[in-house]
Amino acid sequence: MSATAIRVRPRSAESGHPGPRRPRGRGLGLVAWLAGIVFFLPIAWMALTSFHSEEDAATNPPSFGAALTLDGYREFFGAGGGASPWPSLINSTVASLVSTLLVLLLALPAAYALSIRPVKKWTDVLFFFLSTKMLPVVAGLLPIYLFAKNTGMLDNIWLLVILYTSMNLPIAVWMMQSFLSEVPVAIIEAAQIDGAKLPTILARVVAPIALPGIAATALICFIFSWNELLFARVLTGVVAETAPVFLTGFITSQGLFLAKVCAASLVISLPVLAAGFAAQDKLVQGLSLGAVK
Amino acid sequence: MTATTTAPIAAPSVRTEKRPSGRMRAWATRAPLLPALIFMIAVTQLPFVATLVISFFDWNSLYPDARSFTGFGNYTEVLTDAALRKSVWTTILLTVTVVLASLILGLGLALLLDRKFRGRGVVRTLLIAPFLVVPVAAALLWKHVLYNPEYGLLNGLLHYVGGPQPDWISNTPLLAVEMSLVWQWTPFMMLILLAGLQSRDHQQIEAAKVDGASDWQVFRYLTLPHLRRYLELGALLGSIYIVQNFDAVFTITSGGLGTANLPYTVYQSFYQAHENGLASAAGVLVVIGSIIIATFALRVVSSLFREEVGRA
Repeated sequence: MSATAIRVRPRSAESGHPGPRRPRGRGLGLVAWLAGIVFFLPIAWMALTSFHSEEDAATNPPSFGAALTLDGYREFFGAGGGASPWPSLINSTVASLVSTLLVLLLALPAAYALSIRPVKKWTDVLFFFLSTKMLPVVAGLLPIYLFAKNTGMLDNIWLLVILYTSMNLPIAVWMMQSFLSEVPVAIIEAAQIDGAKLPTILARVVAPIALPGIAATALICFIFSWNELLFARVLTGVVAETAPVFLTGFITSQGLFLAKVCAASLVISLPVLAAGFAAQDKLVQGLSLGAVK
Repeated sequence: MTATTTAPIAAPSVRTEKRPSGRMRAWATRAPLLPALIFMIAVTQLPFVATLVISFFDWNSLYPDARSFTGFGNYTEVLTDAALRKSVWTTILLTVTVVLASLILGLGLALLLDRKFRGRGVVRTLLIAPFLVVPVAAALLWKHVLYNPEYGLLNGLLHYVGGPQPDWISNTPLLAVEMSLVWQWTPFMMLILLAGLQSRDHQQIEAAKVDGASDWQVFRYLTLPHLRRYLELGALLGSIYIVQNFDAVFTITSGGLGTANLPYTVYQSFYQAHENGLASAAGVLVVIGSIIIATFALRVVSSLFREEVGRA
């Protein structure tokens, strides 16, 4: 084992610091609470407004104690004769899940080749992957649009699947090679000496160590795909519209629709919020491409 | 290999094959890389080549028959276009402001959360939430629910204290976009910096305190140098995403009132003005700008990695 960096096992944020600490005032704890409340306030307000009637939602000063109702949600789900959000929610789910799966299928072998059995001078490949993330998406958009138009792929969810895969693949390769680098080569070599074949080694040695990392990667890819707007806006229309594109219908404000907007925003953000809260500790690892633990 | 190094920023490992026996074997090791590599080149690089080609044509998609080669004509037009030059400036301003403000706020929050207090986990969850709202939804929330001059929450709260009732988006459009983005990106910076704080050498800090160092000195001479790489990483990753921001500009101001950044301008020139040639030329210029920034950024990243490799 030559020059691999040693990383310290992550300490969860809940565990305190070792060593004595001088207790210093409740003041800073209060400040932290205050900051948390300030940052969360818009979301809390959005949630509250979504349960108000449109009349109560649009008042100044704001009405906190108004009667609660599900009208905003009924309106959002198309009770008032508006467009149903279901097709767009299903499209988003398909595009995010399938592209995440594709990303994992492509990134795992690549990350394996870059970390466990790296070829000389192929670190450049890693940086090639990263560099694709730095090129502005918008610059390649026109040819993609023209290509889609001429091949009849416009308004087709599978085109988005391909694009979301390309959007997330570099992130996934970086994250996974960082997770796979943690697998000690000695273990793999020992297994080889014992006569284990590659599939066995992958399943019994590499997978258990790398699984949390793979889960984190999948989560990040899902979030980025679910959130994506530019591709979806330009390349989809009626059939393959995704949830963020559905939300753009609320940009121009006409009449009273605040509760409906809040209900829509909340419902469409719910999968990401749930996934992110469930995997808080993995979030930072994923967002920093596996660089920070 | 010393087991005491704490290297939280991972390096691509530089283990290499002992003796590549023959070419076949080398390709067998590379084979798993190829699907991802070929896929990336096909989907991300080919469109850029096509953009480059289109950028030399005068081509409006409403008049497909009037397509003609124009050489660098589009480029001169784009470079002399006041609106586009302004959007370059807007992009820089937007990115720098949002990245810096989120970093500073994120650092403050990370320092607060690094301490033990009752309900720390809850506060952390509250702080992460803004990053987990779908960007379009967050932009809508700011546009309609917070900024609205008549019934928005901001003016509602100002109403209680008898403050002014500004029309946020009309009076300070760029600031309005920036504020919503800072709200979204501060949690991201906080998470990275918090991880950095928790990887500090606490024995060293305790020792410094025993030697009579003040809190400020500890922060200035121990914590900040240690956090440098995390600050760089946060700034780099944040810049990559915020330079390309489309959602907030599109949703909050629809690029009006001087908030159109480059992605929005390029989008507009082909999606609404159907000027394929001009849009492509603008796109190529954006790419050139990005490459300059990316080269610099990649150098920072690879120096981080090299440092790690050197230390191990």
